[in-house]
Amino acid sequence: MRSRAFFFAALATAAIVFEGLRFLENEYLFFAGYVVLQYVVLATAWNILGGYTGYVNFGTAAFFALGAYTSVALGKLTSLPIPAMMLAGGVISGVVGLGMGYLTLRLRGVFFAIATLALAVVVQTLITNWDFVGGSRGAYTVRPALVPLLGSYVQYLFLIMLALAVIALAIAHAIEGSRLGYGFATILDDEAAAEASGVPTLRLKLVATTLSGALMGMAGAPLPYYVTYLDPASGFNLAYAVNSIAMPLIGGMTSWVGPLIGALLLGSIQQVATVSNWFGGHPEVNLLIVGVLLILFVIAAPNGIVGLLGARVGRSWRR
Amino acid sequence: MLWDPQLLLNAIVSGLLLGGFYAVVTVGVSISFGMLDIVNIAHPAFIMLGSYLAYLLNSTFGLDPILSSLIMLPAFFLLGALVYQIYYVAFERRGQESLRGLAFFFGLLFISEVGLILTFGVDYRFVDARYIGPSLHLGFLDFPLRMLIPCAVSLALLGALQLYLSRTFLGRAIAAVSQDPLALRLMAANPTRVKRIAFALSIATASIAGALLIIIQPVEPSMARDYIGRVFAICVLGGMGSFAGTLIAAMLLGVVENITSTFYGPSWSPAVAFGFLLLTLAFRPAGILGR
Repeated sequence: MRSRAFFFAALATAAIVFEGLRFLENEYLFFAGYVVLQYVVLATAWNILGGYTGYVNFGTAAFFALGAYTSVALGKLTSLPIPAMMLAGGVISGVVGLGMGYLTLRLRGVFFAIATLALAVVVQTLITNWDFVGGSRGAYTVRPALVPLLGSYVQYLFLIMLALAVIALAIAHAIEGSRLGYGFATILDDEAAAEASGVPTLRLKLVATTLSGALMGMAGAPLPYYVTYLDPASGFNLAYAVNSIAMPLIGGMTSWVGPLIGALLLGSIQQVATVSNWFGGHPEVNLLIVGVLLILFVIAAPNGIVGLLGARVGRSWRR
Repeated sequence: MLWDPQLLLNAIVSGLLLGGFYAVVTVGVSISFGMLDIVNIAHPAFIMLGSYLAYLLNSTFGLDPILSSLIMLPAFFLLGALVYQIYYVAFERRGQESLRGLAFFFGLLFISEVGLILTFGVDYRFVDARYIGPSLHLGFLDFPLRMLIPCAVSLALLGALQLYLSRTFLGRAIAAVSQDPLALRLMAANPTRVKRIAFALSIATASIAGALLIIIQPVEPSMARDYIGRVFAICVLGGMGSFAGTLIAAMLLGVVENITSTFYGPSWSPAVAFGFLLLTLAFRPAGILGR
């Protein structure tokens, strides 16, 4: 019941946001909003594994790009609608997450983190060498000509990403109050003790990696239609890995609010900085600031913005 | 033409030389990750820093890259001590090293890459030295000096470190610190100080590794990430803290990578290290020489 109420509240908020943006009649807001929402999904997905169980995934870009390239491949073979491609991308990334987890999660957690770092390099190598999806030259995607009801294609993409963000947040929220969430919390606190008291830690960790990877893949699936030209350098951009780690850490990892705050804040700042040409138009400076904030927060504010706002506020948020 | 024996032998020889170089790239991680249990994923970033400093000293003063890396050794040692101090105060002492410590090193890796891009751009940089062009020939085997010299320097450094760790009091303390800090305290050695020195030592090796890297090939900032997979694959396969294991694993990886890039094209070689890492973790997590 609790999670259903949350889902409808999130849906209502999303509807208000969407109608509000339509009222402003500015296509750019949808264009920029898509990227911010994409980060909401990525940060929430990362936090399901990283925040709830404490296992660090450095390979967000790999899972995300796998989803995007699933769409590129499917778009060449079929003419499926984007939501169907998102499901396919989610399945592929989820399976890769499961496989990675199965091979590395039985050992110390740090091996999983290192393996995800290497995964990003190897998936990029595979895609770069795969000519069917464009190889290193990249691939063009043709957008369908007509969008029913909305008229604007960017608004359609925005709506899809908004829906995915609602789903991701609802999943994260549902996990927090469930048996699954308590299981994750025991892993975070003391895995050996959890194992000893009969918590099926490996199975729980595999659920978390699969879920987290699948959501990242789903977030990546509409990307080819958003950018219309996708090459490995942009699909595997370092920004995805850095942001999806920095956003939950800066926002706070204990509940679903943290990644949301972090993604909205950092995502918007980066969009504004790009448009208004701060720092002489160097996109790297943008990322440098994210990196510096990440280090400052892990050192000085380990519980993020939610932690800074105070334990009392944090608790009432979670209820 | 495929699997031509001369080509294969040459690939093996240059793979061994490359592996010798990989050993010096990894030795820092063998100390920090293998012995101290500090997961320094930013180690390759310090190596890139070493490469670019060697490039700066070489292009402005015409200094030999290996000589300049020796000059920079104390600076890298101090940098390492500083990084450990931050890591210790912010994470290790609070018991938060697993997640936030990793994020800290990831942030360092990232900042240094972006910083190098902003300072030097994304163009490839290289150094000038007399030994970069010529090769020795032995029958049909080629020994390019730009590979032979890094391999020799690497072996010398590994030998020196092995002697230091096994013969001196401090060296033995480093080998002991992660196993039993209490026993170390009873021997009147401060575990934090020992770890600080050891970590500083591991970063100091990055100065030399960086100079050797830029002798072997031109460098650009994002190369650090390619080396993470290699370095940790070698470290784990070699059995974490063991230098002999590191050397064997490095040479194995060098040979397999070189054969892959000779016969299937260089764009596939980054996948080799990852395969090594996954197979090791899945089947023999203790490494080839692990206990």
